[in-house]
Amino acid sequence: MFVRWSAAIAAAILLSSPALLQGARAADKPTDPQIAHIAYTAGVIDINAAKQAQKKARNKDVKAFAEDMLRDHEAVNKQALALVKKLNVTPEDNDTSKALSKQASDKLAELDKLDGAAFDKAYVANEVAYHKAVNGALETQLIPSAGNAELKSLLQTGLKIFQGHQQHAEHVAAELK
Amino acid sequence: MPGRLSAIASAVLLVAMAVPAHAATIEITMENLEMSPKDASAKVGDTIEWINKDVFAHTATAGNGDFDVNLPAKKSGTLVLKKAGTVDYYCRYHPNMKATLKIEP
Ligand SMILES: [Cu+2]
Repeated sequence: MFVRWSAAIAAAILLSSPALLQGARAADKPTDPQIAHIAYTAGVIDINAAKQAQKKARNKDVKAFAEDMLRDHEAVNKQALALVKKLNVTPEDNDTSKALSKQASDKLAELDKLDGAAFDKAYVANEVAYHKAVNGALETQLIPSAGNAELKSLLQTGLKIFQGHQQHAEHVAAELK
Repeated sequence: MPGRLSAIASAVLLVAMAVPAHAATIEITMENLEMSPKDASAKVGDTIEWINKDVFAHTATAGNGDFDVNLPAKKSGTLVLKKAGTVDYYCRYHPNMKATLKIEP
């Protein structure tokens, strides 16, 4: 049931800010199965970015931040999986998810070329931009479009988590300077 | 027998009156990334118990550095108040989670 979805997620990684909003806009009003797919993909992207950072980051605050991202996004996605199962919804791949995944893999490759302090800085800067982009998409597209009340509520919690991460990333970025 | 019992009872009563009001435990819930109540009041000697109902880890971290309590997912943590003052605190993982503690002497 989740085969196609899982394949898309496996390919999903980091992105830079503009495409998420563009992608979301292009897809008119996403359906609940599409929203679930986008939200899950957005989480997987940040998890993969965090895994890369755990291997490459040098600064201890950056390492700790990556660990926080991994823990929170895994927790959110676990809830998302439980919810789609309960609602009997099959997440559906879509242009927004595809755009996200494409940008993410490009970003991951770009960051992979950096090391040490340069990697730390670029990773944290991208985390700020990424969370900002996801927050924008959640607020303007995904939350207003969600039909199911439980899905909407999970997205609202997700927004608060992402807003927290954005502020946390901004603090870490400020300290790297 | 009843006389002895009432003697004990009045002794207990006397002791109870001599001891100052019992220190209280104040519960603050963290749920859906919100502290509740957001503004809590307590006295020096009271215990604050933060109850984290989220599946996410949080912290209760004082802006002035007075305390930093870790609250793993679905766990609670306590702090005995030692100093009077108004303390703004937040979560280190989600700095958008903010609340205030008013500690009276
Ligand atoms: Cu938190």
